[in-house]
Amino acid sequence: MEASLLAITIIWSLLFIYSILGSLDFGAGFWGMIYGKGNRTNASHIANRFLSPTWEITNVFLVIFVVSIVTFFPFATTIFSSILLVPIGLGLFLLTIRTTFMVFEHHAKKYREVLRITSGLTGLIIPALLVSILPITLGGFLSFTDDYPRLNYGELLSHPTLYMHIAFGLSTALFISAIFLMDYAKEAEDWSAYHTFRGHALWLGPVSIVIAVLTIGTFPAEASWIVDNIESLWMWFGLSILFFLIGYSVLFVKKKDGRRGLARVAVIAIILQYGVAIYAYGRAHLPYLIYPDLTVADGFTSPATFYPMLIIYAIGFGILIPAFILFWRLFLKDRRYLKQE
Amino acid sequence: MDVVVMARALFGSSLGFHIIYATIGVGLPVMIIIAEVLYFIKKDSDYALMARRWTKGFAILLAVSIASGTIVGVMISLLFPNFMEIVGQVIALPFQMEIFAFLIEAVFMSIYLYARDRLPPSLRIISIVSVALGATASAILITDVHAWMNTPAGFRITPDGDVTDINVWAAVFNPSFGVTAIHVTLSAYMTVAFLVASIAALRLLKKNLSQKERQYHKKALTIALYFGAITSLATAINGHETAQMLHEYNPRKLAAAEGLFETTTHASLSIGGYTSLEDQRVKYAIEIPYALSFLAGDRFDTEVMGLNEWPEELWPPLYVHILFNVMVGIGSVLIVVSLFALFYKHILKKEFPPWLLALFVAGGPLALLAIEAGWCFSCIGRQPWTITDVLRTGEAATKSGSVGFLFALFLTLYVTLLFVTGFVMRSYFKRNPVSKDLASEEGGL
Ligand code: HDD
Ligand code: HEM
Ligand code: HEM
Repeated sequence: MEASLLAITIIWSLLFIYSILGSLDFGAGFWGMIYGKGNRTNASHIANRFLSPTWEITNVFLVIFVVSIVTFFPFATTIFSSILLVPIGLGLFLLTIRTTFMVFEHHAKKYREVLRITSGLTGLIIPALLVSILPITLGGFLSFTDDYPRLNYGELLSHPTLYMHIAFGLSTALFISAIFLMDYAKEAEDWSAYHTFRGHALWLGPVSIVIAVLTIGTFPAEASWIVDNIESLWMWFGLSILFFLIGYSVLFVKKKDGRRGLARVAVIAIILQYGVAIYAYGRAHLPYLIYPDLTVADGFTSPATFYPMLIIYAIGFGILIPAFILFWRLFLKDRRYLKQE
Repeated sequence: MDVVVMARALFGSSLGFHIIYATIGVGLPVMIIIAEVLYFIKKDSDYALMARRWTKGFAILLAVSIASGTIVGVMISLLFPNFMEIVGQVIALPFQMEIFAFLIEAVFMSIYLYARDRLPPSLRIISIVSVALGATASAILITDVHAWMNTPAGFRITPDGDVTDINVWAAVFNPSFGVTAIHVTLSAYMTVAFLVASIAALRLLKKNLSQKERQYHKKALTIALYFGAITSLATAINGHETAQMLHEYNPRKLAAAEGLFETTTHASLSIGGYTSLEDQRVKYAIEIPYALSFLAGDRFDTEVMGLNEWPEELWPPLYVHILFNVMVGIGSVLIVVSLFALFYKHILKKEFPPWLLALFVAGGPLALLAIEAGWCFSCIGRQPWTITDVLRTGEAATKSGSVGFLFALFLTLYVTLLFVTGFVMRSYFKRNPVSKDLASEEGGL
């Protein structure tokens, strides 16, 4: 594989990991807020029990994603930074509020309510801001004055595709987190939370798929290049939908104990659904980082730096695997953690 | 105002904010290790309690240090894209390695925080040691980029601005990396030692403490003073080497730090005062003859370069002399304070009088001030360059408008968060005072 192609594949892989982790993180924050006060189910407990030990790691993956883009594609920083300064700046602002308030919530009794609601709501706006970057890369929203790129806010804010992308991001985040927390609740044998999350997964699943398909329909006229590519890759998107159907239908399977839903199978199928979709989308996006101004090859760093970086990635993740396994056992498997009061 | 000035103000204040929490994040795990190890050796439950309470404080501050770190990490690319274009080609490795340091810290911090009671003691110590290693490694790695900006290496720039002859390892091991990394690490450890001493001393100044509480705070103070004395001495010795590094690789910065205009041998050291451009010297300073030459090269006849060797447009702002003096002054004061305290305790064998405790209380904030002054000296002393003699700050910065708006937004955020963290810490530790924890331990918990 060509080096720049390898680099962009790693970027899409990191995007995939972060979109799953981020969905769980922001979704869990949202459910924690909804079921926070005076509710009879344990849904909020389960969401928070997942969130406490994991948010930090999720945040590191966001940083990995950004650092990888900048270091693999340094020639893309100028154009990205000039068009994304304000949206990303706002995102950072909200992320800071959400992170700090979420942690403070556990330490300041008196203001728990305010902190919880603020962190839940900001957690909902952040994925919306993050996905709004996608349509910008499709073309049509940039203009150049004196060689200097600018984002046409007026055009972007008045284009339906922005809002469809946002709806897509939110429904996806909530769907993935509901499916996952349902499985988490099952590990904890907390059946009231299990039924709550299963119920949400049931309506969010079809909604998220319908929105995803409709979103492609709202792509701006300049994006016909990617629509063509998506059509030629229809098999992959079809495979993704197949995984969705599998994941969704096992929610209805009745088990011996009379409860419905094979939670673990559903989680795996849904992860595959999004994995296949993201890689197919990434392939359709080639050869551009930003259409039509920046291609993957133009942005790429020097190979002299790229290969040492690859080795660092391999060593780094290699060293961390045992740590991740330990982490998994302590927080996602250990009954003493899952079932504590 | 000018976009470039705004970008510098925004980035500088973001780092100034991050460094407060980041420094504590680097130093506090080491203090926790010390408490855990003392508990392991002495089986005195006070030390276990110390580790537990410091960990609580750490968890609260960590949220801010990670959030603000994410801000600076992303902001550096947004505000200085042309700088990152070179960084991405030459010195990307430390940025990437840093990620793994963060991951190690994050994974083991969660384990230490939320699985503490389920872990055997050995795994508990391994966890907190991993946290400390991760935090220190991240400080060293980010400092590598900073050191490379001061003494760039491992590449050449062609006349039309392209980067060639890249040697990533020469960039990583650039001339100032070693001394600078050690200086940053030691100064972070020392700062946290003095912060812990501040809090313990503040408690000991209270009148109505029970005997057990008094014992508890005294033990904390002793740990902090020992660790503070060792690290502050080491920081100064290594700071001296850092200054010699400047003499060799960055003489313009040293000249600005010392307010020296004419190149001379037997140069004298000016302490205090301010650098006057008209008079071409430092006014109202205490002069120590020959000392600067000796500091720079270990000989009185060392030739030290003055600012007039370079055109004035390449001079950093002259007030960096004050920043440098603040750092060195505070460092010297804290060495004296901590050594004097140990003398008082072990030679005179007396209780600390209130005036000495009051001095300890001032120590922590002073150390933080020294950190801020040191960083501002290093970054502002590099001006007008972002990468010394390679890339000017004006060329590195973004041309996007809207920076002013973001500056106002983030400044508000930082000021608010400073208050809110203080408030949350106070309220948490008010609700869970040492006396309550000690009582619950006696109750057999
Ligand atoms: C508690 C904090 C603290 C203390 C007491 C000292 N330093 Fe420091 N110093 C720092 C904290 C610091 C720092 C904030 O960590 C800096 C900023 C950039 C860096 O690399 O470290 C620094 C930078 C720095 C530099 C500039 C390096 C550069 O720009 O490349 C020099 C020459 C010194 N120091 C020298 C000293 C000396 C001679 C000290 C004698 C006591 C001293 N420092 C005490
Ligand atoms: C010398 C000054 C600095 C020190 C000592 C320092 C140290 C730290 C520490 C201890 C953390 C918390 C890590 C964790 O718990 O995960 C942190 C977070 C972070 N720092 Fe800094 N930092 C410094 C400067 C910088 C700079 C200049 C940048 C970027 C250019 C940066 C980027 C980050 C990022 C991205 C994070 C968040 C990582 C996460 O998500 O966990 N830091 N830093
Ligand atoms: C954490 C403590 C730090 C503080 C308080 C700090 C402070 C500052 C300040 C005040 C400025 C503005 C200087 C001016 O324009 O006059 C600045 C600029 C800058 N600093 Fe630092 N700095 C810190 C650490 C770092 C580190 C570790 C790096 C390297 C990764 C770094 C990279 C930069 C860059 C790229 C700029 C902008 C370009 C320039 O003005 O040279 N800083 N910093």
